[in-house]
Order: sequence, then structure tokens, then C-alpha cells
Amino acid sequence: MTVEAREARQPWILLSPALTAVALLLLVPLAFIVVYSFWLRTSTGADQVGFFLDNWQEALSDRFYRDILLNTLKIAAITTIVCALMGYPAAYVVARSKGNKALLLLLLMLPFWISYIIRTMSWINILGVSGAINSALLALGLIGEPIQMLYNETTVILGLVHFLLPFMVLNVFVSLEGIDRTLEDAACSLGATRWESFIRVTLPLSLPGLAAGGLLCFVLGAGTYITPLVLGGPTDAMFANLVFEAIITQLDWPLGSALSLMLLGVLGALVAVYNHFLGMAQLMKGLG
Amino acid sequence: MDNSKRYERLRERYLNGGLDRRTFLGLIGAAGAAYGLQTPFARHALAAAGEVRFDGWGGVVSEAFRKHAFDPYTAKTGIKVIDGTFGGGDEYLSRVKASQPGEYNIAHLSGVFDYARYANLGLASTLNEANIPNLEYVIPKLVDVFRGVTDGKLSCVPYDYGTTGLAYNRKHVSDEEMKEKGAKILIDERLKGKIGGWGDWRTRIWMGALQTGQDPNGITDMDAVWNAIRTHRDLALKYWGSGAELMSLLAEEEIYVTEGWSGRIYALQEQGHDIGYMDPPNGYGWQECLFVLKGSPMEACEELLNFMLAPATSIAVAEGQNYPPALDPKKVDLGKKIPTLPAFDPSGTLAGLTFADPAYWNGNEQEWSKAFGRIQKGY
Repeated sequence: MTVEAREARQPWILLSPALTAVALLLLVPLAFIVVYSFWLRTSTGADQVGFFLDNWQEALSDRFYRDILLNTLKIAAITTIVCALMGYPAAYVVARSKGNKALLLLLLMLPFWISYIIRTMSWINILGVSGAINSALLALGLIGEPIQMLYNETTVILGLVHFLLPFMVLNVFVSLEGIDRTLEDAACSLGATRWESFIRVTLPLSLPGLAAGGLLCFVLGAGTYITPLVLGGPTDAMFANLVFEAIITQLDWPLGSALSLMLLGVLGALVAVYNHFLGMAQLMKGLG
Repeated sequence: MDNSKRYERLRERYLNGGLDRRTFLGLIGAAGAAYGLQTPFARHALAAAGEVRFDGWGGVVSEAFRKHAFDPYTAKTGIKVIDGTFGGGDEYLSRVKASQPGEYNIAHLSGVFDYARYANLGLASTLNEANIPNLEYVIPKLVDVFRGVTDGKLSCVPYDYGTTGLAYNRKHVSDEEMKEKGAKILIDERLKGKIGGWGDWRTRIWMGALQTGQDPNGITDMDAVWNAIRTHRDLALKYWGSGAELMSLLAEEEIYVTEGWSGRIYALQEQGHDIGYMDPPNGYGWQECLFVLKGSPMEACEELLNFMLAPATSIAVAEGQNYPPALDPKKVDLGKKIPTLPAFDPSGTLAGLTFADPAYWNGNEQEWSKAFGRIQKGY
């Protein structure tokens, strides 16, 4: 074997464990889900093997699934916008801080040390009828009766923002860190105010980071099912809850598979659009 | 020679120059692959030898099982009980469906309809009753109903029973109002935003039947039931998904009224909460069993079932989980606490409880569970 041929093989040899893992843990299960989506559930709960389009027909034509999907995308979009509005200033402060950057970054990572479910459930102790806020307001005499704050769409969005905000901050932070500070100074020396230099120089240059953070927040938010389950009211379901119900409650794995592929298709299309315009490189930087 | 020793020798040969790098890495890789391939099967083999997996409802129920049954059983026999939990029979069935035979062994199933459903899916084992002599203490009616589903044989032993009745906060709802309104309290406008309910389709339809004055085992006007479920949904604050969540919502006063599991409400009362409990006419009664799944280590499972049915164990568990045991009060002295538990029947006939007809409910399961899923979300 020539040296060139050996060198050409080396990256594949190094990549082979990761590629094997992706193939076995992602592509093979995905193939199973695709196959399942064409089967049927019988009245006893057993699956009928075959090639049936019934599940796809139901998933694509039923208004119920379309409405829940649109509502899911709406909640994910609101969450992403709130994360951007809250995350950008925080990332800016961290990126521009001088002495305590490491400490601020550590604080940013702290929530990841606690289980996502525990973090979500902590809002019950904060917003509940006998939670911290109501107790404080009652003790101060500002209210006579506890305010009902939990179990609605707002608390679902609040829980999602709590979960996703660090992803936004980290992506924007990485983007801001990569901007040459002398560009802002140059803008100021040419007569721009600090605000104008931010609007015309810093913000446009950090947009790829903002977009990467937005994509992550949107995709993760649209695929969540724990948050609406814990913090949502009777009608605050998201699309992943439908998948859970089809598979777990109704034992209808074929329909659940079709629904999960439908969500995957929508979110995959979004990632493809992002990749077409901005590329995935920024996303990789933000992920570390 | 154990595997560690083998690897040490292999490494020594490699470091001494007795093996080239490619051969050494190849042997390590082959050993890893072999271990990976045999591990899932080895786990089942190990389970057969000295482990039994038990899955139940979690919370105070699991605590009672662990303390009064599993720990003493392990101490006596040396067989370890792996203690898992689930949120409901549907969820557990989905997990079993995705598993290998033998991975799950015993489940604390609720209702004869669940037993029939599992049996219809080919998951039922056949118990050797000679290995479970304590079965003689069980209420005969509870055993017979299971035999009827599986051609006279048993895949489970009955273990306890209870009701899903109405739980209410006495600070906000009086006993008199409950007696007057019954299940209709769950669709009372006055309590809007303070009503809860289990997000389980069977329970919601059962309550809907009671609210519309129908027999839950023979509903004639399903539209009226769906409308009652819609009304409840619009007035409710939250569908709860577990006994722990039910207890938390009531204890924290997030909700004032809901249907609830008799044992969990009794546990709240024991903790000092002023929560009332009543079974409306035709209230939802159920019997739970310990179901052995096909492919399980049968002798170890039968030994555990027999141990759990021993009066001393069964009574201790019942007192811990607050559900009356399946033991016949005519044959066994059940002590002082059990006769005070909700749903307890001193006659041992259980004539006062209404159980779900398995054929009726399983026959409608596919259609109703799906329809409820939509209505639950606002449709």
C-alpha cells in the first residue's frame, strides 16, 4: 500500500468508532421506526406487519395533528425569541467582562449539573399556591388569596426558557468572543457612538451565533415533552406528547412512529434551511 | 482464570514484545465485542439464577413492598428483587413490548382488564399453584375471575383491592355537598380551576358515565360522556399522572377536588390533611394482582408470590400501602388497621364494589383511548 493510500485511509479508521456508533444507535433505530410507520395496530394492541399507508394518511391529513404541530412550533418560536432577548445581553456581559469570565461561564454551566426534570419541577415550588412567590406576597400583605400561576402555556414557556437559555448564551458568547475588538474601536474613531458601533459592527458580526443558538433552542424546544407534562394544564400538549401517548398509552407504535417521523421531517427541514444559508460550522463552535 | 487476569497477561506479552501491536489490538477488540454480545443474554441468565424483577406503582406503595416483602424475602432466600416502578399499566406494557423475554418478571397490575390485555398479547405465564400454598387464604371470588380469563389457569395471584373515589378538601367542600353532588362535583362551575383528575382514559370515561347517570359497564349515550369529559377538562387545573402528583396537588391545595386512589387519600389523611373521601354509587372498584410474565424464572417468582401472600407479609404490606389485602377475612385475622381502610369488605364477597368488565372495556380500548387523547387536548 502506498503512503498516500494509507494516509487517505487514516481518517476513516479514526472515524470508524464514531460512525459505527451513529449507524448502530441512530440510523438502524431510525430505519426500524420508518418500517414501523407502515405497520398497523390491531385491536388487541399487537402489530400487523405489512405495508399500509393508513398511519401516514392519518398523520398528514388530520387537522388535530396539524394544529398541535403548529402550536408546538409557536411555543418553540416564542421560547426562542425570549431566549434571544434574555441571552444576548447576558452573553455580551460575559464576553466583555475582564477578570471574572471563567466564574461567569461556570455559573452559566451550573444548571447542567442538575437534572432537567428537577429543574422543571422546581417551578412548582416557586409558582405554586403555597410556593415561594405566593408565600412572600401573602406574608407582605400584598394579596389576600394565592394567585394561580401554574399549569398554563406561560409556565410551559417559562420552563422551556429556563432549560434552553444556557444554549443561547453559550452560542452568542462564542460568536462575540470571535469578534476583533479593534473593529469597534475603529468604528468609534470614525465618529460612531458606542451604541452605533454595537448596532453596525458587533450585532451583525454576532448574528451567526445568535442564529445557531436560535436553531438549537427551537429544535430542542419543539421536541420536548416533559415541560408541558409537568408545567402545562389540561390542554397544553406539544407534539412530542402525542408521540408519547400513541406509543405508551395507546400502544400504537406504528402511528407513533409516523408522528415522530413527521416531527423529525419538520425540524430536519428547518436545520436544512439553516445549513443552506449559514452552514453548520457556527453551530459546532457553539457546542464547544 | 478471570478476565482481568487474561487481559493483564495479554498486556504483559505485548509489552515484552511477544505480540505485535496489531495482534494485541485485534485481540482486545475481539474480547470487547464478545463481551458486548454476551452481556444482554448473560443478564437474563443471571436473573434466572438469583434475581427477580418486580415493577409497581412507586411512592408509598413501593416503599411498603420493599420494606415488608422484598427485603425480608431477600434476607430469607438470597434471591435479589430488582424493584422498578411505572406510572400505569399502559406505560408498563409498552416497556415490556420493547423488551426481551425474561427481562421483566412480575408486575403489580391493576384490574382484570389489564390481566386480560396482557394475556391476549401472549405475555401470560402459567403458575404452578402447588408452589404457592398461601393462595388458599385469598378471597375465592378474586381468584376465580382471573381463572376465567386464562382457561382455568393462573398467571397471577390477587394481592389487594381498592377504589377510585372522590377526594375533596374539607375546608372548601363539605361532606353534605359531596353526598348531594357525587361525581358531578368534578364538573361544578363553582370549583373552576380547583378541580383535578387522572389523565387516564378509563377513569375519565367511568367518571363521565357517573356524571351522566349511566352504568359504567354499559354506556348507552357515549356523546353525553364525551361532553362531560370536555366540561371537566375546561374546569380542571391539571390532569395528574401519578399517585405522588395526586397527593402533592391535594396537599398543596392546588386543587380542592379530584377522583383519587383510596390508599393514597388514606395516606394523606394519616399525614394530617383534612381530605375527605367518598365512593359514589357505582364507584370505580379494582383489584390488583401480581402478574408473572412469560419467560420469567418461574420457581423464583412462585416462591416470591408465596412469600408475599403469607398472612404476616400481606398484612404488613397492606398496612403500609393502605389498600386491603386479597386475603379472605373469614380465613385470616387481618388485625386492627385493615378494617378501617377505605373500600375494605369484611364479608370477603366484595359485593359492594363495581369492577370494570374486562371484555367491555378492552373491546372499546382502541377507540376510546384515542378519542380521549383528542378531547383531553381541547377537541
